[in-house]
Amino acid sequence: MGRAFRYGDNVDTDVVIPARYLTTTDEKELAAHALEDLDATFVERVSVGDIVVAGKNFGCGSSREHAPIAIRGTGVAGVVASSFARIFFRNAINTGLPIIECPEAVAGISEGDEVTIDAEAGIVRNETTGEEFKGEHLPEFVMDIVRAGGLVEWVKSKGAS
Amino acid sequence: MGSTITQKILARAAGRDEVGAGEIVTCKVDLAMANDVTAPSAADAFRRMGVPDVWDRSKIALVASHFVPAKDIATAKLMTRMRQFAMEYDIEHFFEVGRGGIEHILLPEEALTLPGQVVIGADSHSCTYGALGCFSTGVGSTDLAAVWATGEIWLKVPETMKIVYTGVPGDWVMGKDLILSVIGRIGDDGASYMAMEHTGEGIRHLSMDSRLTLTNMAIEAGAKSGIVPPDETTLDYVRTRQEIMGRPNDFEVLASDDDAHFARVIEVDLNDVEPMIAQPSLPSLSIPVSTVERRKVDQVFIGSCTNARIEDLRMAAHVLGDDRIAPGVRLMVIPATQRVWKQANDEGLLQRFADAGASVSTPTCGACLGAHMGVVGPGEVCVSTSNRNYVGRMGDPTAQVYLANPAVAMAAAVVGEIVHPDEVRNAPTSLDPAVTA
Ligand code: SF4
Repeated sequence: MGRAFRYGDNVDTDVVIPARYLTTTDEKELAAHALEDLDATFVERVSVGDIVVAGKNFGCGSSREHAPIAIRGTGVAGVVASSFARIFFRNAINTGLPIIECPEAVAGISEGDEVTIDAEAGIVRNETTGEEFKGEHLPEFVMDIVRAGGLVEWVKSKGAS
Repeated sequence: MGSTITQKILARAAGRDEVGAGEIVTCKVDLAMANDVTAPSAADAFRRMGVPDVWDRSKIALVASHFVPAKDIATAKLMTRMRQFAMEYDIEHFFEVGRGGIEHILLPEEALTLPGQVVIGADSHSCTYGALGCFSTGVGSTDLAAVWATGEIWLKVPETMKIVYTGVPGDWVMGKDLILSVIGRIGDDGASYMAMEHTGEGIRHLSMDSRLTLTNMAIEAGAKSGIVPPDETTLDYVRTRQEIMGRPNDFEVLASDDDAHFARVIEVDLNDVEPMIAQPSLPSLSIPVSTVERRKVDQVFIGSCTNARIEDLRMAAHVLGDDRIAPGVRLMVIPATQRVWKQANDEGLLQRFADAGASVSTPTCGACLGAHMGVVGPGEVCVSTSNRNYVGRMGDPTAQVYLANPAVAMAAAVVGEIVHPDEVRNAPTSLDPAVTA
């Protein structure tokens, strides 16, 4: 369970992790600047298990995998959004950042609410209000990658078979 | 029911007769590209995958484009990691600084992207190659590493949004204005997960350079890909490039069937399109330049994979004429590739820009992503020919970035304010070098 950090539509990868920090691929260094240009105090306030909740088109913009890695590096348990931009969606799956697409949950969560998520089942619970939401189910093929533990492991397992 | 061009390309690559929108298919990849920002992580992921070798060393392109020439020690290290990977796996198409440029302009020039192919790039603007009539899309580093390992990628077959152009473009109107007006209409996620197919009689009036701008910004509408079905302009371009590069590979020219299903159809009468400008801080905040509030500018950037080809530089030079850059304004001109740089040099364009007081640099993404060579400071106003004006994209989060075509950008540099290019010069009748040089 963690607290919800609420943001709006079109949170782009330039604010998730500005290009000036792309000079590294280190998760900890990236995490120190996560969402910096959107919310300069996010990194100070966030604790392990918290949830980022945002509107539509989350992660639009660049293909930088640094974006989901930076968010994951802060200890955030996952991102719940009304919709995800497609490259960010793939990158999140591939790098193991839990994501749930669920506009109803986004509408039903306020800043600071206590939230629990089960990304595999696509379930979001607002513990503050007691409401439960069911998000988009991931395609079976994509779930295989998630279950394998990400794309690297998935390719490895295919190579072995 | 018939198929769209995108469905046909993906069906061929998946070894199927046809594929339906929404299906997940595994496709064979014809070219897999990464740059100095994405290749280092891709190389790490590839090594962790534990496969002995890349699937095909002739189908991988590694391009030094973003932080080049290295701006500091950290970026020098990124380049080293990419260079080492290129050496270790004997990658055939590795483009070192000074021998390449921005990938999305470079690879078509090199005749490495061809009609009918599936091109996967670890860069979001990989949708650009669709101007040649191929399927091309951007992915992250790990996805790309999996392509290097297997030669394949999983893709969800996209729905298609068809944009039908009629009429003839008026004065100053370039590919940039078409795509900005479309994004203004449909929004920043208006084509989410879709293929944007640009078609109709009006497209015939667009040069290859302008078409590449059109597909370049598919991602700014949330699209997976952008595509222009090949016509004579495409084939002339592709064959010329193949001949010059000595790469006479076969390719496939496809088109959508008349009875294909389109998720949405939009009509654009080119006679109605004016030069556009996207206001801070979203590409969708685009309006005709004739209606924008006049504003003093601090910096103008003519560069990026969107608008730094030869047509763009000729247009900029035309607007500049024999004028000088307005006092108080900085103009950065960065040709997209080494080839464009040399051609602009031969045509006297670079000299003209420099004489006028511009900073003219070696090919790099540079200022486009706020990396170097023109980072904007707090509160500054910048007109840029690039594709993104998101908060903080070009530097300080309080900077205000406008997106426009090179004519509008140069007009701002000459006047020192955002103005319609009509205020500075008459529109060119042709962008033939004989007219502008
Ligand atoms: S020029 Fe800009 S948009 Fe194009 S590839 Fe480089 S950073 Fe990306």
